[in-house]
Amino acid sequence: MSEDFKDNKTIQAQSSETISGGGSGKAPDMDHVRPAEVPEQDLYHGHSFISKWVFCQDAKVIGVQYFILATFTGIIGLILSWLMRLQLGFPELASFMTAEHYYQFVTMHGMIMVVYFLTALFLGGFGNYLIPLMVGARDMVFPYLNMVSFWMFFIAVGVLLASFFVPGGPTGSGWTLYPPQSILEGTPGSGMGILLMCISLILFVAGFTMGGLNYLITVLQARTRGMTLMRMPLTVWGIFTATVLAMLAFPALLVGSLMMSLDKILGTSFFMPTILQAGEVLEYGGGSPILFQHLFWFFGHPEVYIVALPAFGIISDLISVHSRKNIFGYRMMVWAIVVIGALSFFVWAHHMYVSGMNPWFGFFFATTTLIIAVPTAMKVYNWVLTLWRGNIRLNTVMLWCLGFIVTFVNGGITGIFLGNVIVDVPLSDTYFVIAHFHMVMGIAPLMVIMGAVYHWFPLVSGRLLSEKLGKWHFWLTFLGAYSIYFPMHYLGFIGVPRRYFEMYDSPYVTSAVGMNEFISTAAFIVGAAQFILIYNIIKSLKTGKPAGKNPWQANSLEWLTPSVPPEHGNWGDRLPIVHRWPYDYNVPGAKEDFITQTTPPSEVANTEVEKT
Amino acid sequence: MHPGIIFFLVILGSVLFHIFTPWYWTDVASNWGGMDDTITLTFWIGGGVFIAVCLFMVYCVFKFSYKKDRKAEYKPEDKKLEKILTLATTLGVAALLAPGLIIWNQYISVPKNAIEIDVMAWQWGWQYRLPGEDGKLGTTQIINVNDNNPFGINLDDPYGKDDVMIQGDVINLENNKPVKILLRSVDVLHNWYVPQFRAKMDAVPGIVTYYWFEPNKTGEYEVLCAEYCGVGHYGMRGGVVVQDNQAYESWIQEQETFSDLIAKQKILEDGETKLAKK
Repeated sequence: MSEDFKDNKTIQAQSSETISGGGSGKAPDMDHVRPAEVPEQDLYHGHSFISKWVFCQDAKVIGVQYFILATFTGIIGLILSWLMRLQLGFPELASFMTAEHYYQFVTMHGMIMVVYFLTALFLGGFGNYLIPLMVGARDMVFPYLNMVSFWMFFIAVGVLLASFFVPGGPTGSGWTLYPPQSILEGTPGSGMGILLMCISLILFVAGFTMGGLNYLITVLQARTRGMTLMRMPLTVWGIFTATVLAMLAFPALLVGSLMMSLDKILGTSFFMPTILQAGEVLEYGGGSPILFQHLFWFFGHPEVYIVALPAFGIISDLISVHSRKNIFGYRMMVWAIVVIGALSFFVWAHHMYVSGMNPWFGFFFATTTLIIAVPTAMKVYNWVLTLWRGNIRLNTVMLWCLGFIVTFVNGGITGIFLGNVIVDVPLSDTYFVIAHFHMVMGIAPLMVIMGAVYHWFPLVSGRLLSEKLGKWHFWLTFLGAYSIYFPMHYLGFIGVPRRYFEMYDSPYVTSAVGMNEFISTAAFIVGAAQFILIYNIIKSLKTGKPAGKNPWQANSLEWLTPSVPPEHGNWGDRLPIVHRWPYDYNVPGAKEDFITQTTPPSEVANTEVEKT
Repeated sequence: MHPGIIFFLVILGSVLFHIFTPWYWTDVASNWGGMDDTITLTFWIGGGVFIAVCLFMVYCVFKFSYKKDRKAEYKPEDKKLEKILTLATTLGVAALLAPGLIIWNQYISVPKNAIEIDVMAWQWGWQYRLPGEDGKLGTTQIINVNDNNPFGINLDDPYGKDDVMIQGDVINLENNKPVKILLRSVDVLHNWYVPQFRAKMDAVPGIVTYYWFEPNKTGEYEVLCAEYCGVGHYGMRGGVVVQDNQAYESWIQEQETFSDLIAKQKILEDGETKLAKK
């Protein structure tokens, strides 16, 4: 111990002159935390338009690029959902749509929203923008790789969208891409469509790995002095843990895509047993379609948490800032994120209860799945307990947070239905499933994204978004989306199966016609309401009220940069020094209702702050 | 309007919708009423948690909305409260899981007297095979399938000869007799699903999967394919007729066996050779 201590001292002494950041020696309250051991990185500052805005190495610009491209792709996904809802609610108006089109739209909508919209937006968008700022780094540790990551994503999106224009169109095998049907005639886009899908996913995973390594190493290695792991905002914890999951889960998707491409092109039989097609025996044999499902869901379930964990983290920070209160049970929240992340690798086959896998797996996976409900419930309790005895600003950001709590609890509880193996039997493959995952993994994360946009837009642009438009946007989206997905569960109870282009006149579904019309109408309105945000952004960029520094009186580092919006390098001459966690709101004895992370104890000497 | 009021109305609306919904499950027509009971139990526990959490949230929104001179509480942790909540949640989850697993155990344990039915799926239709008098289904192989042998029965398997073959998409079942559905597919994934029976399982090419149930209400039911199987998925329907013993017996007598088919085929072939000779 004592030797270690000596080493630290030497490093500190040696580095005080050569290291500009960390302010070693000038931080009387910081002696227990070592300063950085390595000199600061050299950043490449762009000179031209291209190197500043296109092939840019600044994580903040890359974050915005991810955000814009993911949003663009998401709008395509939204339009596809409109077309699907038109067919389901008003088939007489959708006479141009064949069953092939319908299934292609279903597939592309699902894949776009889950991977190219939500994942790219949370990790690529918020991750890039917020991680370096929140941990007090100048940039991601590998800026060049970070830039390549975005452009790989760009190419992946290009390949994905190109499949709309190849012979046969995009794949129509459902977003789960289950073989054998995905590569056999009888499924739309079983030629070029599915191949391009696989290639696009492979590119996405490759690009994503570049970004992901950056997020992980930046969090582990580039935190500023005093930013201990247990002082990181929960946003960073969420994104960090989600990235760990992504690094472990995406390879399963990658090999699944690769093996399926080989089955398609080279005639291997990884997933293909002996199969008859139109009376002819195909040249496949011995493969297992269920193997693909295992690979897919080994990726697919952690994927749910790759989206959810950043959302959990972000929402925790938003609730805390706008309730003017510390997040309740921070340590519990961190451990819950980590435990949920770890458990998420042991629950994948709950998507496969009726897949024909060995039914004994049902016992194991039902148990693990319901166990994961416990840390998740703890998070929910802690969010509402943060509101308790807070000082809640009912602004647009808070509305999105409240909307998130309602939709997430609703969707989480229907998840307990589906996770409990025997309840899943009647409900699987029905609209109950669709309602469940849209509520919990579509609407709830969307609420977080929107809350985050309203919260951090002033940081990115220096201007506030219009509150009035924001409230319209919120209520239309929340009430509309809730009235889409809440009643939809009941279609599932009736037994209406998913992925049906048309129901015909099955006796027990005729009553669903009216509901389908209602749901479709609501879907059109909710979709259209999203353009309020785009209008709000464009308008506020030009004429919005200047936000000034730290408009929400928040504590975390991203609001404490010398210039707003932060410049390349983030911190001017000196890196910030962190003295506390980011949740010191309304500390007894403090003059103001917040104490920023960079405030040294000496400046708030009379407060009864808990040591963090 | 105060946002808390709207959130409250959303919660209230959800409860009222659930109470008065005209859209709810069809009457169960098999022994799997236990699934409905587990769903009901989950509704009570889960719904209770949903209402409690949301109402608590609404209360906080009313009670603690921003006032300039209000001091929020500063209390980073409350270990005792967190422990109680963890324990209560764990108990609630266990209460849902235990009955679920008990019924799942029944679901995968087929009674010995269940009649085996071979359900064969393809893009996009169904056909069925019942054991003949020997009570056993003959073994099959997909590569055997042709016009003369629509189920691909192994010709050297003596159990296969008397198998009853229903080459249509409707099958009759005897009321109150357990059946074990053996699912096969010759091409892609399918799923033989009758909402009123509650049960389902995917048919997977290359393997035989199963589930069982005991129909307990006579009547006609629609079969739906519940696993996406290509562009004709939504049209892949079939039917089940549940009959009492007498009607069922007379129905099954009328059905063709595999040896009937072979015999018929032989007569046809003989006729053709005769024609050719002439």
